[in-house]
Amino acid sequence: MGIVVLVGIDGSDAGRRAVTFARDRAKALNGEVVLAHIIPWSPYSFTTPEENEERPKRRAAELAAAEEQIMKPAMEIVGDEVKCTPICKHGDRVELLIQLAREHDVSHILVGRTGESRLRNAFFGNVPAHLIQVADVPVTVVP
Amino acid sequence: MTDMILAQSIDERISNAMDPVSSVIEGIVFYSVPVAGVNLPLIVLWLVAAGAFFTVYLGFLNIKGPKHAVDLVRGQYTSPDDAGEVTHFQALATAVSGTVGLGNIAGVAVAIAIGGPGATVWMIFAGFLGMSSKMAECTLGVKYRRTRPDGTVSGGPMYYLEKGVAEVTGKVKTGKFLAIFFSIACIGGAIGGGNMFQANQATAQIIAVTGGADSPIVNLRWVVGLAFALAVGAVIIGGIKSIAKVTEKLVPIMAAVYLAAAAVVILFNIPAIPAAVGEIFASAFGFGSVGGGLVGALIVGFQRAAFSNEAGIGSAAIAHSAVKTNHPSTEGHVALLEPFIDTVIVCTATALIIVISGAYLDPVAGELGGVALTSAAFATVLPWFPNVLAIAVIAFAFSTMLTWSYYGMKATGYLFGDSEVAETAFKLIFCIFVVIGASLSLGPVIGISDSMIFLMAIPNVIGMYLLAKSLKKEIHGYRADIADGTIAKVAEH
Repeated sequence: MGIVVLVGIDGSDAGRRAVTFARDRAKALNGEVVLAHIIPWSPYSFTTPEENEERPKRRAAELAAAEEQIMKPAMEIVGDEVKCTPICKHGDRVELLIQLAREHDVSHILVGRTGESRLRNAFFGNVPAHLIQVADVPVTVVP
Repeated sequence: MTDMILAQSIDERISNAMDPVSSVIEGIVFYSVPVAGVNLPLIVLWLVAAGAFFTVYLGFLNIKGPKHAVDLVRGQYTSPDDAGEVTHFQALATAVSGTVGLGNIAGVAVAIAIGGPGATVWMIFAGFLGMSSKMAECTLGVKYRRTRPDGTVSGGPMYYLEKGVAEVTGKVKTGKFLAIFFSIACIGGAIGGGNMFQANQATAQIIAVTGGADSPIVNLRWVVGLAFALAVGAVIIGGIKSIAKVTEKLVPIMAAVYLAAAAVVILFNIPAIPAAVGEIFASAFGFGSVGGGLVGALIVGFQRAAFSNEAGIGSAAIAHSAVKTNHPSTEGHVALLEPFIDTVIVCTATALIIVISGAYLDPVAGELGGVALTSAAFATVLPWFPNVLAIAVIAFAFSTMLTWSYYGMKATGYLFGDSEVAETAFKLIFCIFVVIGASLSLGPVIGISDSMIFLMAIPNVIGMYLLAKSLKKEIHGYRADIADGTIAKVAEH
């Protein structure tokens, strides 16, 4: 069995390029691809009672939208030649990508460059930069 | 000038119209019997008895349970597959943001102004008993909640009173009656304590920081009320969720600022602490120089604690019910923390600064009452704090109004089969009462608010007693599963 490549996708162009890059790499090394889309969510956020009431419904809708709009196009890029595992989950993007990498014995993580504004990065950090600092395996950021 | 006379008459007219209504409702709900020369409202005894009963009956889980509650809130028993669902933390935070409010600021001040510093001790004691009632009602809330076909979840006393009482005792009509009784009282409570009291005290604080009696808006309370009503209406009728979201985030920040400021006041008065604590205990047992003696302090302390943490009232069961869990007892445990945070921490902080600063000794303390007294206590050390307190009061009041509008809407939904027309009508009426609450003087508002909120406790506590046996089985079964490892912590990743 070859290598397992994990790609974090978010529906952006850079994310799609990361999927293409991962597919080519997996194909060349007889490996497989794990596609992960993480819907940002914190168990410690403050919510209103209405939000809580509707949460199960909205969670299902968010997952369905992610599958349809983000995961499906990414799987089409990977195609049939390479084995592909799709994962859509709620959580912290960096934490979950690291956790998935461990669970799936991943040897390489790929993400698209998010290209967010400096101000946004200053406040919220940026996923690739954070990932590079804490991942246990090589991380490639695709522009 | 003509405008001012007109405005004055609007405020006064609203006040005069509500006064007799307030007295009648108050007289019924707060039917009192004289005990040692002080009037003891039976409803306060009713709530304290429920807290004491469930404390003993459930085996002192208000003392043994909080550690497990903290583990649950930290997600140690939450499956990773449930990511994206309502967590124990979120359910607790939502409920706390509905209860931590003016009861903690204004209510405590009222307690000390009327009952003396000793009311603090009884308030904390009532807080501990309240933890047990809260555990009972929130476990039931989750157990009998309703999941609609579209996945939305709602629960609360109306559901456990109807379904639970019918299922456990077979008394279908009794359950239905209690549920309807609760829902009607809940609508009143939402409009009273969850709305008018909040609007009233927030307006009072806005007037206080803009010049008090010389404030340009002193006779335009109804205009402030109208502004609040428009903001509330924008969220609950207009569906502008961003306002609600900002409020939900502002409340924990303001609570942290409030506690930090209280800590500063306490630190500045360290030498005064022993005397203040001595005065609190002496007054609690009837030996103090100020206040209403043992019974007076006890009644007022219990009453304000119940008003602040709402244990036994049933409201929190509505907020806690949306949590994602397979074991109703988990949320019961988490709910233990709510009166602890609300009463044992926040109310005690307010009480301490009022007593330590000596603000309650001011001859006009009784007249000041409410937020003004707490504000004066903070100002002894932090002269600028009343302005911050005004923002905190507005944030707390607004958040409590939104939460209670939800409770009232759920009760309306229960009575009218989730009819959208009925729910919208309730929301409109709710907004009108924001203006009325802001216009009234404190007396009639406290009367109506307390009465309507406490009325909810009658059907709720009856239901809790009827369901006590099955509740005990539920909670003890769950604790046994935790103890023998049947339910284990989720492995750390």
